Amino acid sequence: MSADAPPLDRAGRRSATADVVIQTNKLTKRYGDKTAVDNLDLAIRRGEVFGLLGPNGAGKTTTILMLLGLTEPTAGTARVDGVLPTRDPLVVKSRVGYLPDEVGFYEDMTARQNLRYTADLNRLARRDGEARIAGLLHDVGLDADADRKVGAFSRGMRQRLGLADALVKDPSILILDEPTVNIDPEGVRELLLLVERLRSDQGVTVLLSSHLLHQVEQVCDRIGVFVAGRLVASGTIDELAAELTDRWIFAVGVRGLSDAERLLAAIPGVTAVTRREGRLHLTASHDVRDDVQRQVLDAGGTLTHLVREGADLDAIYHRWFRTDEDAAGPVTGPPAQVRS
Amino acid sequence: MSAVTAGPTAADASPSTARAGRRRFRGGWRIVARKELGDHVRSVRFVILVILVVLAGLASVQSASGPIRDAADAASQTPSIFLYLFTLSPQSVPAFHEFIGILGPLLGIAFGFDAINGERAQRTLPRLVSQPIHRDEIINGKFVAGLGAIALVLACLVAMVAGYGALRLGMGPTLGDVARIFAFYVVTLVYIALWLALSLLLSVVCRRAATAALAAIAVWLVLTLFMGLIASMIADSTHKVGADATTEEVLANARTELTVRRFSPDQLYKDATGVLLNPSRQSTGIVVDTGATSAVPTSLPLDQSLLLAWWQVVVLVAGTIVLFAAAYTTFMRQEVRA
Repeated sequence: MSADAPPLDRAGRRSATADVVIQTNKLTKRYGDKTAVDNLDLAIRRGEVFGLLGPNGAGKTTTILMLLGLTEPTAGTARVDGVLPTRDPLVVKSRVGYLPDEVGFYEDMTARQNLRYTADLNRLARRDGEARIAGLLHDVGLDADADRKVGAFSRGMRQRLGLADALVKDPSILILDEPTVNIDPEGVRELLLLVERLRSDQGVTVLLSSHLLHQVEQVCDRIGVFVAGRLVASGTIDELAAELTDRWIFAVGVRGLSDAERLLAAIPGVTAVTRREGRLHLTASHDVRDDVQRQVLDAGGTLTHLVREGADLDAIYHRWFRTDEDAAGPVTGPPAQVRS
Repeated sequence: MSAVTAGPTAADASPSTARAGRRRFRGGWRIVARKELGDHVRSVRFVILVILVVLAGLASVQSASGPIRDAADAASQTPSIFLYLFTLSPQSVPAFHEFIGILGPLLGIAFGFDAINGERAQRTLPRLVSQPIHRDEIINGKFVAGLGAIALVLACLVAMVAGYGALRLGMGPTLGDVARIFAFYVVTLVYIALWLALSLLLSVVCRRAATAALAAIAVWLVLTLFMGLIASMIADSTHKVGADATTEEVLANARTELTVRRFSPDQLYKDATGVLLNPSRQSTGIVVDTGATSAVPTSLPLDQSLLLAWWQVVVLVAGTIVLFAAAYTTFMRQEVRA
């Protein structure tokens, strides 16, 4: 991903650079001799949900702080909505809603009072602000708790309030740092639904950082894998999977067939079939999913499970992070570097 | 969405829109200060401090007003009897301005010790700095709010003491007295601002509010309560005063002690307010009672008293500025996440 070649969008068109709302160019941050972010080139397009995926301490939060102008880059530049955060931090901060990692509120103030302070800081007129706050509290499902003190709120409620807080300024860009950590699955689902809706209804560009891939997978159009300050891969989940996998292994569940193993082994391209934990595992030279499906159905069986192994995000994740641990020196990840 | 999304895109983000943005987001410290001041006056801390200070003030005025009445009957020569309310301490109760010298620092500490680390502990700092305000506006706003709360407490206190005193004495202050009380008020505010700046600095440096509070109280104890002990120890070790000590020796000892004491803002404050509240005092230094005083027993005009207290006031102001600057620069250099 380089700054001068406009990225391809999903339809394969070259999108205009104007559509890139967050762009970094060799963005680097060093603390002493530790490099937190290393020559990061990132391009996030208007209206997309981009997932920044990486383990804790990979430099995700540092990157976000640089995008917001809250910490100075050691080298390189960032542009947010065409504005340099280093030169006009207030302009950037007025357009970007930010939900920090482990968001906190003034405990002895009510939810509404907390949001009111944010509205004031964004110079929203009182009347507009009140209406907006009421609407947002409704959107995140905190109507009933609006006038309760935040001290009594659960983590999930705080997280939802945090999202409302980030939206008070009516941002065109939303940055969520680890928004799903420590909240229950139902809370995660609600939060991700809200993000999804924001994108589709209001065209908000979302940058979401997380170390939990399944959640990222659900909402993100594109993902950047971030390890030890470097963006080691980026693209859609399918692209990443395609780049990563050099083997084709499938887990197959079949019901109603007695000789399923033999049947599957006969499919052209299948080199091995093993039975493990009640599933059949095929190793093949290419994608044989269509054949498997047809064969099983033709033989009168029922296909209960057919998943490509080693191609989900877990595998991608594991692979890249392992690479990071093993490799001394620059990451020379097997499959192609960053493609966008 | 309204203005924001319909507004400038990456392509047309011209310098003019950036400039407009900069203009639009001026004066963020006022918003911070307003919120903080609101928090202060609604806090339990505020109520406790007001009660404490009011009790101390009333006690000192109550004990001062009795002797004043006697003195007023006896000596009609005394200039500005009303001001004795603030300086006279007949019994074991300290005079009002001494009380403020001791309790003032507590006020300053109370409104600053958790200013920044409190935001960190509640994890509200990242959210706060990501709003369209400059980072220094946070610390500026908090300093102004603390000062505002203190000014409020102090104004009420001085007004109350003066009012109660007037009632007890059956006489009001003259215009000159009012001017002196106002000067006293301003100097007191500067003195407390110094402690506020110190506690603000500690709130930036110390991760935990409790640590900052303890450190501030330790400094307060050393500078207000132990400074006298330390000063006399130093004075005695440099200028021994035996039974047969000459006047010069005693004087040298006393001078050394005073010099050491003046390293404490408490002494500077006492010097300054002592002169400001007492028109007949003609020096902030040591007055030797030789029986026949060389000074003409007359009262100074306010500007002359101010001149006497000038350097003490300047040092207090300078100290406040230095401490606040230290807090400011440390805060600006800190990482948001630190």
